[in-house]
Amino acid sequence: MKQLSRLRRHRAAGPVLLVFALFTIGTTFQVASAVDPEETTIAARSAAIEEGREIFLKGCSSCHGLNAEGGEIAPSLIGVGAASVDFQVATGRMPMADMSQQAMRKAPVYNAEEVNALAMYVASLAPGPKVPTEEMLNYERDGSVAEGGELFRTNCAMCHNFAAQGGALTQGKYAPTLMGVEPQHIYEAMITGPQAMPVFSDKTITPEEKLSIIKWIKSVEAEPQLGGAALGRVGPVTEGLLVWTLGIGLLIGVAVWLAMKAK
Amino acid sequence: MSNEIELIKDPGLPAHVHRRTDTDPKAAARAERQVAILFILSALGTLLLIGSYLFVPEDIFFFIPVMGNTNAHQLGLGLGMAIALFCIGAGLIHWAKTLMPDEEVVAQRHEFRSEDEDREDFVKTVKDGAAAAGLGRRPLIKRTLGAALGLSAISPVLLLGDLGPLPGNQLKMTSWKKGTRLVTDPGDRPLRPSDLEVGAVAQTLPEIAPGEHRSLNDIAKDAVLLIRLRPEEFNLDAERLSWTHEGIIAFSKICSHMGCAVALYEQTTKHLLCPCHQSTFDVTRAAKVIFGPAARPLPQLAITVDAEGYLVAQAPFNEPVGPSFWERSA
Amino acid sequence: MTARERIAGNVAGYVDDRTGAAKWMKKNLTKVFPDHWSFLLGEICLYSFVILLLSGTFLTFWFDPSMREVIYEGSYEPLQGLEMSAAYASTLDISFEVRGGLLMRQIHHWAALIFMVGIVVHLMRVYFTGAFRKPREFNWIIGVGLLTLGIVEGFLGYSLPDDLLSGTGIRIAEAIIQALPVVGSYLAFFAFGGAFPGVAFIPRIYTVHVLLLPGIFLALITVHLMLVWYQKHTQFPGPGRTEKNVVGYPLMPVYMAKAGGFFFIVFGVTAFLGAVASINPIWLYGPYTPGQVSAGSQPDWYMGWLDGLVRMAPPLETVTFGYTISWNILIPGLILPGIMFTALALYPFIESWATGDKREHHLLDRPRNAPTRTAIGAMALTFTLVSLINGGNDIIATTFDLTINQMMWFSRIAIIVLPPLAYVITKRLCLSLQRADRDLVLHGRETGRLVRMPNGEFTEIHEPISPEKAWLLTSHEQLAPLELPEYDGAGVRRPAAIKNKIRNRISRSMATAVPKATETERKELEGHH
Repeated sequence: MKQLSRLRRHRAAGPVLLVFALFTIGTTFQVASAVDPEETTIAARSAAIEEGREIFLKGCSSCHGLNAEGGEIAPSLIGVGAASVDFQVATGRMPMADMSQQAMRKAPVYNAEEVNALAMYVASLAPGPKVPTEEMLNYERDGSVAEGGELFRTNCAMCHNFAAQGGALTQGKYAPTLMGVEPQHIYEAMITGPQAMPVFSDKTITPEEKLSIIKWIKSVEAEPQLGGAALGRVGPVTEGLLVWTLGIGLLIGVAVWLAMKAK
Repeated sequence: MSNEIELIKDPGLPAHVHRRTDTDPKAAARAERQVAILFILSALGTLLLIGSYLFVPEDIFFFIPVMGNTNAHQLGLGLGMAIALFCIGAGLIHWAKTLMPDEEVVAQRHEFRSEDEDREDFVKTVKDGAAAAGLGRRPLIKRTLGAALGLSAISPVLLLGDLGPLPGNQLKMTSWKKGTRLVTDPGDRPLRPSDLEVGAVAQTLPEIAPGEHRSLNDIAKDAVLLIRLRPEEFNLDAERLSWTHEGIIAFSKICSHMGCAVALYEQTTKHLLCPCHQSTFDVTRAAKVIFGPAARPLPQLAITVDAEGYLVAQAPFNEPVGPSFWERSA
Repeated sequence: MTARERIAGNVAGYVDDRTGAAKWMKKNLTKVFPDHWSFLLGEICLYSFVILLLSGTFLTFWFDPSMREVIYEGSYEPLQGLEMSAAYASTLDISFEVRGGLLMRQIHHWAALIFMVGIVVHLMRVYFTGAFRKPREFNWIIGVGLLTLGIVEGFLGYSLPDDLLSGTGIRIAEAIIQALPVVGSYLAFFAFGGAFPGVAFIPRIYTVHVLLLPGIFLALITVHLMLVWYQKHTQFPGPGRTEKNVVGYPLMPVYMAKAGGFFFIVFGVTAFLGAVASINPIWLYGPYTPGQVSAGSQPDWYMGWLDGLVRMAPPLETVTFGYTISWNILIPGLILPGIMFTALALYPFIESWATGDKREHHLLDRPRNAPTRTAIGAMALTFTLVSLINGGNDIIATTFDLTINQMMWFSRIAIIVLPPLAYVITKRLCLSLQRADRDLVLHGRETGRLVRMPNGEFTEIHEPISPEKAWLLTSHEQLAPLELPEYDGAGVRRPAAIKNKIRNRISRSMATAVPKATETERKELEGHH
């Protein structure tokens, strides 16, 4: 007893007690607040879904309905999957600016975190195509340029043109140019079939084939102009225009100079 | 007051105006120098061409505004040639304009018409010659000559007979038969209905035996487009509906107008558009033509599934695919 | 005599001993050519043809006109390992393995486009100035022949590489052949050696493109030039220029230098285009297979108007007694162009029948002085322009935010409404210009200086124009309309009555003109100023 009482009055007792208390409180708190990792993701996810729902109600529900059930102006989003949302919102197509024929690519309204939240909210409504992971998008490793070209010409060129510059559809719709589009968004467009574009299921164009297509698109994008100014890569129309303006213009100009009397 | 109207008269060739180079020897020397400079520029152009050909590697690209990343070797060759040629031309023209005589010369036109005497002589010569040949007096020669020449004209046309086979049935047949599997193009993978989602398309061809090679001639008739809709979206009669399977419908991909590949499917409107002449087909109504110059819908291929669940053709096409031809009956 | 002169004399003598060339050389070296920039347009065609021969020969050294399938093993990565025809593969090799190959391919194709542009602008110059009148009708017909053959030759030429774009064009050509009544399927199978695409078409059109048509071109161009040479070139009206003379510069040295120089100019401009502007990038199109097509597929511009007509055609097809006739292909693809080119070729004869003018003409018309002819030309150009624009309707739609449906309907209506409108407007414009010319001659040039008269009236000072200008504005002929009789002296209706009546009407329309100013009128007015 005397020993314990003497120890209590030791000079170092205060600091030691303090350290001990801190240590106890710290570890107790750590243990108490350490949730199961599964539970963290679930918590974060539900936070994201909740955030997504907020954004959705504010920015999307006026057209797509309070429960994303769709309506007269806009289709239902139930089952479209996170991939659709990521494609439409991250490329700026949604929210749609004016109710014209088709949604145009423009500066996105929401940042990456908000897009992710929206995607998770819509994905939570019903299962649908998922956003492709980075591992799934390694087209440099998994794709083949030549095969991609063949696939592109068979499946894509009739809308998007032979060099992915875009093309006309009926009634003012158009297939946009694929230059400067993120590989992730190209992939998502193929699997979700946005607006007029059909769906390219994984059994008709396998994931590897999709990567080949992306690899080819990227190689065409990076390809320098091998013969000179590309004139838009749309074919004979611009070539004819050049010949009727610059070509004959230069020649007639010289002809006029030739026939003029020298001073 | 005179009754005759007097017309304005021709004042004749205007007086010659001398050029600076005609009167001022310094101006003439300057023009000569200018011509020389142009010729020298041309030589430099040729040197640029030779240099680019021999010394510039073919894989260097550099950026030029408007033109983008340009190939240096290509540009050097082309610009070198262009400068070389253009400057010779400019030099020659400038030389002619400034230093060669520029006094206008007048030459007289002569009537083309021959003298009447010559014309009569010509007619007489021809008549005499024809009489000498005696065709008029010898109808047997005339007739047999005509027959021989006429008949000989047939030979060259006949000799071209093997330019091509007779069409026979070829325009009316494709490789599709009952039970032929639809496989992906490219890839040659057979398809199940579950492989296509609603709104999906697939480019397909008939399955071939392993080791067999598909020719372009086959593809030109056999290419088929598969589209999946919801069954309730179809607007078809009972027979055509029976040619679909669970909302999947198959059409010949060869345009009924002029044969381009029709695969541009608009998911929202359920229309197919041919990019060549903008013929538009309504998929829900068996590819009925709703816009553009095509006169007939795309032929529909009747499909079903086989025992293993793969999509197959029920029967060959019920009409010839591709553009029209004389012997094509409805 | 210098050494050089002596040697030249010996050479000339050597040749003259054997050919008698000195006499006609002397005559031709001093031949006079009138000078106007618009007379050089035909030369653009001639020189482009030479460039085509030279660059084309270069290409034939490497091109393989075969459709047998090969696997590509060249240096262009996105096509490596793919199956393609030898024609396509050899064109890739020319573009990427042969130094200067891509440049020559591009020069060849640009030269072809310039050749056709040249033909059209040259045709417009000849037409609007009336240079096709007697004695030059044959030359006109040869020219129309060159235009038609040029279109075919160009189409065959860009189809040789067997790429996706030109292959689509061949598919469409085959559909036109196939659509011919009775013989269509036979002709198509003969042309292609069987079903489409077959393996015979590219080698066959190679022979036509490289041998047959160039040979015909050489012959036609030679006759065309010989006629111009022999008949002497026409000239614009002006002081000192009459129907009986030619005013200009001699062949040697001036015209040789100018025309020779212009050849180098045309070649230089073509090479410039080949150097800086990409054309027909077949490696991007990919090899041809009937299962593929690109959005925005058009032929080269000189066939674009045909494509435009086909696009706007109504979907007419009839099946009678089990036989199909595709009016939607035959009318825009064969019948309409056939009528247009025939009318074009026969125009000199139509006009001389309509005006009754059978005389020789060596002085050109200023277009305003032939209002009906000019208006008809404007009408034809409008028709061709509307169809040409429709040929590119999908690219125009995406560029200018229109719809292809709008473009199509615009074209269908415009092609019927705009040409007559162009006729009326152009004719009115020509007559206004004639009136302006008349005013210029009678009243002189407006100087913009105002003078106040003693009685307070303001007048503008007019400066009389030079006698040369006055002559230029009044030297043209104004034909009186025909007045062919419908009834003879006894009052009996002639057998040619209807023809005469039509002819009278047409010539009356063609004779519409503002009467030209005369010296008499000028003198009368002089008293007033």
